Amino acid sequence: MENIYLGIVLAPLIGAIIAGLFGKQVGRSGAHWVTIIGVAIAFGLSAFVFNNIILNNGDIYNATVYSWAVSDGISFEVGFLVDELTATMMMVVTFVSLMVHIYTVGYMRDDPGYQRFFSYISLFTFSMLMLVMANNFMQLFFGWEAVGLVSYLLIGFWYKKETAIYANMKAFLVNRVGDFGFLLGIAAVLMYFNSLDYADVFKAAPDMAGLTIQLIPGVDWSLMTVICILLFIGAMGKSAQVPLHVWLPDSMEGPTPISALIHAATMVTAGIYMVARMSPLFELSTTALSVVLVIGAITALFMGFLGLIQNDIKRVIAYSTLSQLGYMTVALGASAYAAGIFHLMTHAFFKALLFLAAGSVIVAMHHEQDIRKMGGLKKYMPITYWCMLIGSLALIGFPGFSGFFSKDAIIEAVHASDNPAATFAYVSVLIGVFVTALYSFRMFFLVFHGKERMDHHTQEHLHESPAVITLPLILLAIPSVVIGAMAVGPLLFGDYFGSTIFVSENNDVLARLGEHYTGVVNFVVHGVMAPPFWLAMAGVFTAWYLYMKRPELPAKLKARFEGIYNVLDNAYFFDKFNAAVFAMGSLKAGNFFWQVGDVKGIDGIMVNGTANLIGRVAGRLRNLQTGYLYHYAFAMIIGLLVLMSWLLAYA
Amino acid sequence: MSDLPLLSLVIWLPIIGGLMVLALGATGNKSLVRWSSLAWAIVAFVVSIPLYTGFNLSTHEMQFVEHVSWIPAFNVFYHVGIDGVSMPLILLTTFTTILVVIAAWEVIDHKTAQYMACFLIMEGMMNGVFAALDAVLFYVFWEGMLIPMFLVIGIWGGVRRVYATIKFFLYTFFGSVFLLIALIYLYFQTGNFSILDFQAVQLGLTAQILIFLSFLIAFAVKVPMWPVHTWLPDAHVEAPTGGSVILAAIMLKLGAYGFLRFMLPITPDASSELDWLVITMSLVAVVYIGLVALVQEDMKKLVAYSSISHMGFVTLGFFLVFGIYQQTGSTSGAALGMEGAMVQMISHGFISGAMFLCIGVLYDRMHSRRISDYGGVANTMPWFAAFMVFFAMANAGLPGTSGFVGEFFVILSAFQANFWYAFLAATTLILGAAYSLWLVKRVVFGEVKNENVAALKDINARETLVLGSLAMLILLFGIWPAPLLEVMHPTVEHLLQQAVTSKL
Repeated sequence: MENIYLGIVLAPLIGAIIAGLFGKQVGRSGAHWVTIIGVAIAFGLSAFVFNNIILNNGDIYNATVYSWAVSDGISFEVGFLVDELTATMMMVVTFVSLMVHIYTVGYMRDDPGYQRFFSYISLFTFSMLMLVMANNFMQLFFGWEAVGLVSYLLIGFWYKKETAIYANMKAFLVNRVGDFGFLLGIAAVLMYFNSLDYADVFKAAPDMAGLTIQLIPGVDWSLMTVICILLFIGAMGKSAQVPLHVWLPDSMEGPTPISALIHAATMVTAGIYMVARMSPLFELSTTALSVVLVIGAITALFMGFLGLIQNDIKRVIAYSTLSQLGYMTVALGASAYAAGIFHLMTHAFFKALLFLAAGSVIVAMHHEQDIRKMGGLKKYMPITYWCMLIGSLALIGFPGFSGFFSKDAIIEAVHASDNPAATFAYVSVLIGVFVTALYSFRMFFLVFHGKERMDHHTQEHLHESPAVITLPLILLAIPSVVIGAMAVGPLLFGDYFGSTIFVSENNDVLARLGEHYTGVVNFVVHGVMAPPFWLAMAGVFTAWYLYMKRPELPAKLKARFEGIYNVLDNAYFFDKFNAAVFAMGSLKAGNFFWQVGDVKGIDGIMVNGTANLIGRVAGRLRNLQTGYLYHYAFAMIIGLLVLMSWLLAYA
Repeated sequence: MSDLPLLSLVIWLPIIGGLMVLALGATGNKSLVRWSSLAWAIVAFVVSIPLYTGFNLSTHEMQFVEHVSWIPAFNVFYHVGIDGVSMPLILLTTFTTILVVIAAWEVIDHKTAQYMACFLIMEGMMNGVFAALDAVLFYVFWEGMLIPMFLVIGIWGGVRRVYATIKFFLYTFFGSVFLLIALIYLYFQTGNFSILDFQAVQLGLTAQILIFLSFLIAFAVKVPMWPVHTWLPDAHVEAPTGGSVILAAIMLKLGAYGFLRFMLPITPDASSELDWLVITMSLVAVVYIGLVALVQEDMKKLVAYSSISHMGFVTLGFFLVFGIYQQTGSTSGAALGMEGAMVQMISHGFISGAMFLCIGVLYDRMHSRRISDYGGVANTMPWFAAFMVFFAMANAGLPGTSGFVGEFFVILSAFQANFWYAFLAATTLILGAAYSLWLVKRVVFGEVKNENVAALKDINARETLVLGSLAMLILLFGIWPAPLLEVMHPTVEHLLQQAVTSKL
């Protein structure tokens, strides 16, 4: 089996190396073929593994590939753990990646960095697979940072664009803030478990539940709470949870295919995956789960609000991604890990679909991204239109579509949860449903319906995108519709995850929901009668009313609620605050330490000061050396006199 | 092969080579000078390889020992030998010198022979420092090494080279005086100058503290640690590329090496008493210097400050053992920090060397080190840009590069000593990324800034060879540090035992 797993990670890596280092030699078509084949191999083998482990209940694989380092008796290894959770992630990652590879052939057709782009996205696939297939914390951290690197490279892909190279640095640094916590969490794990291997740590975890740790002398904290919160800080960076979400909207400066692959479907869900993987630890700390729940709920609701006022098509979807990541985090906080992973999966398909469809629109619009300058595109781009509609319906949770099942499961799970923060989270996600439907269909109507607001030149050239673009859309549209109905039974209420995800009995909300589960059809029927459905419908209706029926209303609302609009337009002032406090603060501190500490203090007073002092003292002493004989003779006589009188006095 | 006095060869071959090259310089044939310098550097490297392949991994005892009487009147011996600490550093020295020779190839056209000779002689002396087991021999190499470096900065340096050389010389000499006093005191205790005897001698706490402080001054200047670091940015800025590379890659390691060879084993009780001092200085280096690096406008200064900050991890890693021992009564967890620190030394040699070489590549073309003179270099130098981004990422400690290994281990170990040590040390994750990537953003990315940048030519085969070989090593030890760590285990175990064994 090991060879298969090695093949899965190495095939994209080899593709990336060939396309990256020998891009000139293999040419443009060589670069896309070698990477597409690499990812296709990874996808094919992943499907084989998925079939083995999940459909045929094969054995879980957990073994070392090689020993990275040994120090202090601790072996740091590179190895794979392939269980139900990993196999699911592998399928999602390789499938979406393959679609994006194919799509890129069309989308990046005229870009001078064609080979480089393929190299990066294949490298990303490798890194992401290393992350999800890791069997220990060290490799997890490797994959974690490696996807961050590729994200950095891809956001700044158009490196001449000032906004792009600002955004990629910002993304990396904000992620590093998260990694800061993550690394400390790993250090805590190593200190108490003396191992970084998942299996060892999870096995020993229950015995550690009672331990406390003193970070501030005299104050006892539960060890598990500290570890879980530190690890979760890492997840907050990668999965863009408030307040570490600020990088994700800016990441839209990168080309659209990577917005779909990295910043919607896969990388940003790494944090969700990680927390689900760590369920044996998180289950031991209700406090940590509450933190997760609250952060997730805030992200789900408040990032959704921001989606309402965006005019850039990609930014609407970006804020929608933030909000949906909040939903997944809420699921984790409610101990409904399976629901979180379920939503991760359905979201990967429909959000990649939405982004790629948006990309198709952007290409048709000659790289215009402002939805106010679109309209009526339905008749020009029918395939894109239907795909976008499917994606939007899945996103708002329309009954029967994939998003419906996963989102409904999350809402129900929070409803059933006993966590102290559950009520707050429940209200947030319910309002979020209305908001989601409103911003999704606002965008949908503005782009595809109503008046054609683009300029004449663009209008003349509007046409449907070529097959390399529409084919991936169609292939993603299929799972966006059906995957929910197919997976809801086994994944949420069956034995899909086996022992991979651990939920303590008191927290097991999904089991409670499962008692009432009587099949997909009843689930849908029940959903149609529940509040989320009606909230979503209200959202769609409001969007239609505001942007189709009475298009003059939004401007009036904006004028009426200018204060609120201003807060939203500045995204709650997070960026301004960070720039003023953290960025400027660091620069000011750096300048202070440099100019006052180093230049004036150490160099000015100590180093050059000593030199000056010696110089000055020597200058004074030089005055004594006049060169006149009688001065010296006089000094000698005085000296003799002093010496003699001293001798006489004391002898 | 094993009968050869390998260490003597590694020390003296480059010195003889340097003198020969100097003699060749009189012919005026620069090509001959270059090729023969390269040949000598390669010979020295080849001779150092058996030190690794023939190294016995199961003992902490000194290996490849040579012991000959030198000045009988004072019991001074020509005594050399290496263990798991010094062996990797010698290989680093012999390897780096080759790169320095190649990097100077057509760049140094003025007094080429003297330039090459300086580096070859310096190589021999630095190997001598790492191999010496007699304190007098150590001291002779330690001081002697300053002379070629002094010349390198003073002759081939920048505009303010005189200020920089004097500052460099006085600073290090100031430290050396204390070193000498401490060594003489120890001589009177043991009756000879054997460093191993120094390590075994019993000392009272007051004596230990005084010796500890003397050593601290000497070695802290060399590392350099805050607050005796201000010579380094000036020296780097004025030094030619090769000088900066050797300074950052090797000379700084000499100070850190002194901590391991002298301070921890000779004054364990004082080290335990005063570990807070070294740890504080190290953490200040990481945070304060990290912030200072952020605001530099000169590329070389930025990398120089980043070096100081990274060396903070080295000294931090060395002194974690006492905190851990006090809490748990065992050294478990401390080896991680110490080995991490030692990996950091080697890795920093590659990465800072590579960063200075990158700056050298730009400087050779544009004759400016000011960040604001650059912008959009990626447009005209794509391969160079790829290297620079890679090295910057390694500098920021990205996993998969050697820069990660040391920082990772030290942070893991620091957590076991005290949460806040780890907390402050881990800020490098943010600060290191901030100054490295901001540098890259301003220099490499963006639109072509001016016509000078527009006229830049991408790196040639020679430069690709130098940067490429460093990139390979950084990647290799990032993906598989095991072979590097393996040689350190017995030595580190022994060292930790020495550190926690009281001499009182």
